[in-house]
Amino acid sequence: MMAAVLLAGAGTAFAQTAPAMEPMVGAPVPWAMGLQASGGPIKDAIGSFNTLVFNIIVVITIFVALLLAWCMWRYSAKRNPVPSQTSHNTFLEIAWTVVPVLILVVIAIPSFRLIYYQDRARDADFTINVTGHQWYWNYRMPDHGNFAFDSRPVFDEDLTPGQFRNLEVDEPLLIPVGATVRVLTQGADVIHSFFIPSLGVQRYNIPGRTLETWMRADRPGTFYGQCNQICGTNHWFMPIVIRAVPQEEFNAWAEAARTRFAHTIPGNNAPALAMPAANPIRTAAAQQ
Amino acid sequence: MAYAADAHGHDDHKPNFVNRWLFSTNHKDIGTLYIIFSLFAALVGVGLSFLMRLELQSPGLQIFADGQMWNAYVSAHGLIMVFFVIMPALIGGFGNWFVPIMIGAPDMAFPRLNNISFWLLVPAFLLLGGSLFVGGGAGAGWTIYPPLSDSTYQPGPAMDMALFALHLAGASSILGAANFITTIFNMRAPGMTLHKMPLFVWSMLVTAFLLLLAVPVLGGAITMLITDRNFGTAFFDPAGGGDPVLFQHLFWFFGHPEVYIMILPAFGIVSHVISTFSRKPVFGYLGMAYAMVAIGVVGFVVWAHHMYTSGIDVDTRAYFMAATMVIAVPTGIKIFSWIATMWGGSIKMDTPMLFSVGFIFLFTVGGVTGVVLANAGITQILHNTYYVVAHFHYVLSLGAVFGIYAGIYYWIGKMSGRQYPERLGKIHFWLTFVGVNLTFFPMHFLGNQGMPRRYPDYPDAMTGWNMVASVGSYIAIASFLFFFYVMWVTLRRGEQAAPNYWGEGATTLEWQVSSPPPFHTFDELPRIR
Repeated sequence: MMAAVLLAGAGTAFAQTAPAMEPMVGAPVPWAMGLQASGGPIKDAIGSFNTLVFNIIVVITIFVALLLAWCMWRYSAKRNPVPSQTSHNTFLEIAWTVVPVLILVVIAIPSFRLIYYQDRARDADFTINVTGHQWYWNYRMPDHGNFAFDSRPVFDEDLTPGQFRNLEVDEPLLIPVGATVRVLTQGADVIHSFFIPSLGVQRYNIPGRTLETWMRADRPGTFYGQCNQICGTNHWFMPIVIRAVPQEEFNAWAEAARTRFAHTIPGNNAPALAMPAANPIRTAAAQQ
Repeated sequence: MAYAADAHGHDDHKPNFVNRWLFSTNHKDIGTLYIIFSLFAALVGVGLSFLMRLELQSPGLQIFADGQMWNAYVSAHGLIMVFFVIMPALIGGFGNWFVPIMIGAPDMAFPRLNNISFWLLVPAFLLLGGSLFVGGGAGAGWTIYPPLSDSTYQPGPAMDMALFALHLAGASSILGAANFITTIFNMRAPGMTLHKMPLFVWSMLVTAFLLLLAVPVLGGAITMLITDRNFGTAFFDPAGGGDPVLFQHLFWFFGHPEVYIMILPAFGIVSHVISTFSRKPVFGYLGMAYAMVAIGVVGFVVWAHHMYTSGIDVDTRAYFMAATMVIAVPTGIKIFSWIATMWGGSIKMDTPMLFSVGFIFLFTVGGVTGVVLANAGITQILHNTYYVVAHFHYVLSLGAVFGIYAGIYYWIGKMSGRQYPERLGKIHFWLTFVGVNLTFFPMHFLGNQGMPRRYPDYPDAMTGWNMVASVGSYIAIASFLFFFYVMWVTLRRGEQAAPNYWGEGATTLEWQVSSPPPFHTFDELPRIR
């Protein structure tokens, strides 16, 4: 019973959306019960479908709880000393087979629509390759000069005031607000998972495979995510930061990044091997 | 266990200690061994979860040295609870004890096979427990996905020990399953047709088939993993032409039926308890039996719903989504049939009934969150989060474990000859109920907020609910220790139990024999009208 009350309470927090143009923060909120605030159309679609399913399961749970409570009260040995011996009721048995089927159909129709919508972008504006490494992310921008850069976590002692512990990176990925971004995920060593709750996107990064999905941020802001597939000792410390900025700011960033990360562009004469050594991995043990 | 030897005369002679408990061929003794083993393993598994909740109570790394150690403990917790707590208690314990009695058979079909099934578990458990102390432990999650479980990323013998532990536990399960199937098909007493079989026996029959078909697939998968690790093959290594996703398919082809293996016997126990304490026959008996068969069959064709983010094709996702939601239908039939069994009954809320009604409600909560997770669209952001952790602990840690508790309180008088003290049982129920809900309900919120599983540290915003969950787990752990006290009081000072201490509601064959039953249950086969 307690659980049902709490379950109902969780519904109130589901419909959070940020004000239109204020830069939003896509991150967990203390004591929140529902999904994270939404930064784009996929998360909007997940959110509204989730509200539908949530309402249905709350009603079912309360219905079952009430039936159980009624039986325990009305048919207690005190109130009902002589039990009935009924053990069949064809109508009831058909009803509780057919009604759940109908409820599932109600859920399934929007659910199918949602997965086909989420699957891939038909007319993406550009592509980003996301590669998971132990324990940092690498982003390559094939449509913006094919540069690539590593995105590594910021350790506690390097945090500036207002930053989130365990969620910040040194090089966030920038995308333009409103751009449809094709995301291709790959794994460099073990399986990781590229996961940004507030943009409604998640795909594994599997060695030897390239998976496709897409994302779009309709509101400017910073969207945080974390690696979501166990990948070794620092699994918990390889955050993802995506900043959605106006197109001009994105263009300026891409322009500068193309120069800064010129050595990562294939065919460029700059020594490509210089990079990993310049940026050594620090393990979690060093953090203590 | 205090056997009332004098009541059965010289026919009931028992072998000496070594012959009786080490070379056991008696299904009741082997069942007792399984239950004791399961409770001991539960102490270890619960101990690991205590350390995990201590760590997660506040942000930062406090008691674990690093993530690898954390991963090893989390993996061991999962594997111990699945293979060495729930399965031995429900299948080896209650299955061995009551399947032969309920069908009127003198023993299991293969008593010595039964013995080795149990004794394989002991080295398996030692190997798995030992892996925690070798090198960095086996830290790839209970799902042991390669490449993380390969020798490159989990070097040293710990992962191999864990894999051999799974092999031994798997062999034990397969032998046990063959034994149950043979027993149920061939050793039913005259008149005990399949459609007259008690629902607990039905549940064990379906479970045994699931084991027989699913566990060999795990065996194949981990054999390939062992040769990848040690003998230079590349089944799952893309650099050698292998495929990490193949392992996921094989693992979940086993792993999904496995969750039904854990819950179906609990379904059976709950059906008996509800019927006994409502003093009514089970409502819709045939529907109940075939709902379990349907769950077992459909359970084999839904495995890829664990892989929605592994890049399987969108049409394939659509199929697995639809198939997964179909399972809600037979499960719903069971829930409503249990309620209909209570409806019109004359209900006594003793401890087994409390646990069973608690089971129905909590399993409903875990079931409806399962419907949420069946939708690949939502699972795109709930996959691998604490929402999933909450879901499977509601159906297993609260579902299957409540089933075990219901079974123990229901049958402890039958098994030991001594009845538990009702007041202590009720206290145990309420402590457990409050504790587990406080532990696992906030995990839904953490998952909604995107907290990934297998994290020893989390963003500061997730502190609040984690603290609540930790406090809840301390209550649940205290209630588990209290359970041992209740059992101690029962065995030391419990009242002598009559043959049928639940009265007219209890109709199956185990209530026709003394408590505890004689060493050889039936000298003559009972006849079922």
